[in-house]
Amino acid sequence: MTMLEFDHLRVEINGRPILRDVTLSVAAGEAVGLVGESGSGKSMTVKSVLRLLPPGARATGTVRFGDTDVHTLDGAGLRRMRSQDVAMVFQDPRATVNPVRTIGDFLTEVLRDQGVSRSDARTRAAGLLADVGVDHVARRLRQRPHELSGGLLQRVVIAAALATSPKLILADEPTTALDVTTQEEVVAILNERRREHGSALLFISHDLELAAAVCDRIAVMYAGEIVEILPADRLHEDARHPYTQALLRSRPGTVAPGERLATVPGSPQSAFDAPAGCVFADRCPQAAGLCRDVRPALLPIDSGLAACHLLPRETPSVA
Amino acid sequence: MIWFVARKLGGMLATVAVASVVIFGALYLAPGDPASILAGGHEVTPATMAAIRAQYHLDDPFWVQYGHWLGGLLTGDPGTSMVLKEPVTTLISSRIGTTALLVAYASVVILVIGVVSGVLAGAAGKVVDGALTVVTTILMAAPAFVAAILLIWIFATKLSWFPVFGSGEGFGDRIHHLTLPALALSGGYLAYVSRITRTEVRAELAADHVAAARARGLPRLAVLRRHVLRNAAPPILAVSGVTVAGLFAGTAVAEQAFGVSGLGSLLVQSAARQDLVVVQVLSLLLVAAFLVVNMLVDVLNAVLDPRLLTERTA
Repeated sequence: MTMLEFDHLRVEINGRPILRDVTLSVAAGEAVGLVGESGSGKSMTVKSVLRLLPPGARATGTVRFGDTDVHTLDGAGLRRMRSQDVAMVFQDPRATVNPVRTIGDFLTEVLRDQGVSRSDARTRAAGLLADVGVDHVARRLRQRPHELSGGLLQRVVIAAALATSPKLILADEPTTALDVTTQEEVVAILNERRREHGSALLFISHDLELAAAVCDRIAVMYAGEIVEILPADRLHEDARHPYTQALLRSRPGTVAPGERLATVPGSPQSAFDAPAGCVFADRCPQAAGLCRDVRPALLPIDSGLAACHLLPRETPSVA
Repeated sequence: MIWFVARKLGGMLATVAVASVVIFGALYLAPGDPASILAGGHEVTPATMAAIRAQYHLDDPFWVQYGHWLGGLLTGDPGTSMVLKEPVTTLISSRIGTTALLVAYASVVILVIGVVSGVLAGAAGKVVDGALTVVTTILMAAPAFVAAILLIWIFATKLSWFPVFGSGEGFGDRIHHLTLPALALSGGYLAYVSRITRTEVRAELAADHVAAARARGLPRLAVLRRHVLRNAAPPILAVSGVTVAGLFAGTAVAEQAFGVSGLGSLLVQSAARQDLVVVQVLSLLLVAAFLVVNMLVDVLNAVLDPRLLTERTA
């Protein structure tokens, strides 16, 4: 069953495209990783689910959550979706949690708003904290964010996200602001708990390996478009899009120590001035004439989907 | 927390001590011979003059004079007015109620209208914001005495809603009498508090934790109250504190303009007739009032944002 579906989503801010064409679905209980360079539109895609777009933004196409078109929700419906069905974990826990209020306030706030009594909310918050591996729970509930480490605070944020057993969790680079040693732990906890709650996960990362470890499928974004979608366990074998392949080549660990790391030539493309044809054409080492003029469609190849003219197609259908 | 308050209290006492030296020193150095003022401007015999100088310790060295003065202050006897020949304590106690009421009245006006208009300007959209910016700009530009003249002209002369002179008897009547002075006094400060509130509310509205609170589906008003106003409160409070503390000095203009008999007008009149004893005590009292209000705000802020307790320990 499809939990979340983007269908030709396009977002413009004051006429400048930020997202050009995003078509992607997340099934119930499934984890999908959204990877790409900074500015490729990953965050904007995720934010559009909760209609958290910046002022002046205009979205076309549809974002469907369950049976509802998110763009048609009224205020109350949108609030219900935000508070019960979809939870978001942001990049920097320090910025996400109100610095002057207690951890307990943060965890119980949404529950209280839904009519749960103070003592019940308190008990549930304590349980949630214990579940994500936070110790001294009673004391933590009385503490404020500045008294907790970043890793601990992100666990608190994850606990808050799980509070209402949401159907979908949106995680926007949840480990980027943490130090390397706590990153793995935090991701493991997020993934474990969301499996228990049966929540689907849309996981943004610019770390391909991390995304592949956590998710069932990987979607690669470039300049506001999804250029390839493939199963996480086939990432290395089945990556067919030149951009995905370039990304895979530019990871540390692909070369012997001391050698220069491969990079993707050129600089990241913004969705605004992307070429008329394939968005990656300007940086693609294999780009041909067709690539610059005609937009490639996202078509099945091997175990996944890729948008590239250069791939052999069984039925060559170019729009 | 106890340490925090103790530290603040210590700092406050030290400031008052320094202020007392500065105030006493400044008036000690001021031109004019106190003895001739004490003599009432009459020609007196050198013997009488010498007696006056001895009575007021005017020939002692500076620190001895300061010691006498400080000793008098601490024992609750700051001396007798050099011109009115009344004990300073009597002069002050008969006026302090009026001034305190005026300051309290103006503070309420400043805080309520200033904060509410600031929140509206920050959160209610461009039209409201624009209109309020125009109003606050005018208020900021108008000095208290200009505001006083305008208020008298409109509300006292034209509309006759409020009396133009005096302090009134009984609480209701005093409030009635003090309305125009309080408005004249609050104008500029009100605009200032409103502007600061607007800026702080704007900054908090743009904060990530507010976006996160919205993403969690909390109602608009709850977000505004618990995440925007709650977080904007400390800086607003700090500015309001300084503003209210500054009102004690501001009363001089408002009381004088409306013929209200309070500490402010007493200070102005005493300074005009070189009544040093009164000026010294009143100046110190104003400094102390300023510091007390500031300290209360600091402590209140630390309660609102406990991070302040740890930040300044170094």
